[in-house]
Amino acid sequence: MKPVWSTLGALALQFAILSLVAFGGANAVVPEMHRQSVAVHHWMTDRDFAALFAISQAAPGPNVLISTLIGWKVAGLAGAIVATAAMCGPSCVLVFWVAKAWDRYSHTRWRAAVGAGISPVAVGLVCASALVLVRAADVSWRFALVSAASAAVAYFTKLNPLWCLAGGALLGLSGLLMAAP
Amino acid sequence: MSEAGGATPAEAARAALAQATTPDLFRAFLVMGLSGFGGVLPFARRALVERHGWLTDADFTETLALCQSLPGPNIVNMSIVVGGRARGWRGSLAAVIGLIGAPFLILIVLGFAYGRFGGLPLVERAIEGVAAAAAGLVVATAARMAEPLVRNRFLAATPFIVLAFVGVGVLRFPLIYVILVLAPLSVAAAWRRPA
Repeated sequence: MKPVWSTLGALALQFAILSLVAFGGANAVVPEMHRQSVAVHHWMTDRDFAALFAISQAAPGPNVLISTLIGWKVAGLAGAIVATAAMCGPSCVLVFWVAKAWDRYSHTRWRAAVGAGISPVAVGLVCASALVLVRAADVSWRFALVSAASAAVAYFTKLNPLWCLAGGALLGLSGLLMAAP
Repeated sequence: MSEAGGATPAEAARAALAQATTPDLFRAFLVMGLSGFGGVLPFARRALVERHGWLTDADFTETLALCQSLPGPNIVNMSIVVGGRARGWRGSLAAVIGLIGAPFLILIVLGFAYGRFGGLPLVERAIEGVAAAAAGLVVATAARMAEPLVRNRFLAATPFIVLAFVGVGVLRFPLIYVILVLAPLSVAAAWRRPA
């Protein structure tokens, strides 16, 4: 597939804007990515988008890499690079400078209060992600058992969590997780 | 890990992070990126707090909170912040490339393979099992992060953990509004009751 400059430009612009509004990470802007890719630019069908999303979730790495797959689908390797760079670049530059300022004030009382104050909110948001993921993944009690076992192992032991993921994969492959017909 | 006698955990972590080189940062985030099936957060906490000792529990939670309050993926933001603290912009660059470089290449290969062999039922079954286990890992991470806050700052922290959880997880309000409403109140509570 030959990348066209106008297509690469459109990809760069779309993802650069999404980068700066992606509060809460890539999953917060997936609906907007979908709208742009399917309805606005007609880069792919609904089914294509769902498949790309599933692949990005199944592969290792941050979920933001859905942008890599969209770029790849639209304009090959150049598209993948442009979309990934545009999705990560603007927010990374912003975060870099904000973090610098944040660390400069680390010994002030207001900075301590802001840090201590936003921490519980962050923890609540991680709890919320846990709930959303459990609800999406645990379609039956068998899957819920896998999640519970994995949570217990990760919480109570120092075992590398990759073993939990490998166990989940094997149980999935074995067919034990499928409901009785 | 620092063995400086008498140093507080926060000082020890700062010293350990200051000694991290650019290749150290690259390698650490490379491993996190490659491990993070179904989400990198559990692996990030494990690596940054438990394995490398670059952040304390409190540092990790606070840094994550900062990253959540800014646009962009939390873990990518975290790589920028941690890399920058250790080695300036070079550290940030090494960390973020480590984090997304290898998964980027894997996704290109997977995207290509999917075009040819897409939708194999065996692959889908394995993925469903991994997703369930990955969800469990995030539950454990949430519990580990909540525990010190609930233990040390029960009155000032617990209500905001619960409200953020209910607002985003149960009621599905947009994240940015939940942060905009809860963060100022929680900061005010922390101002009145310093840890």
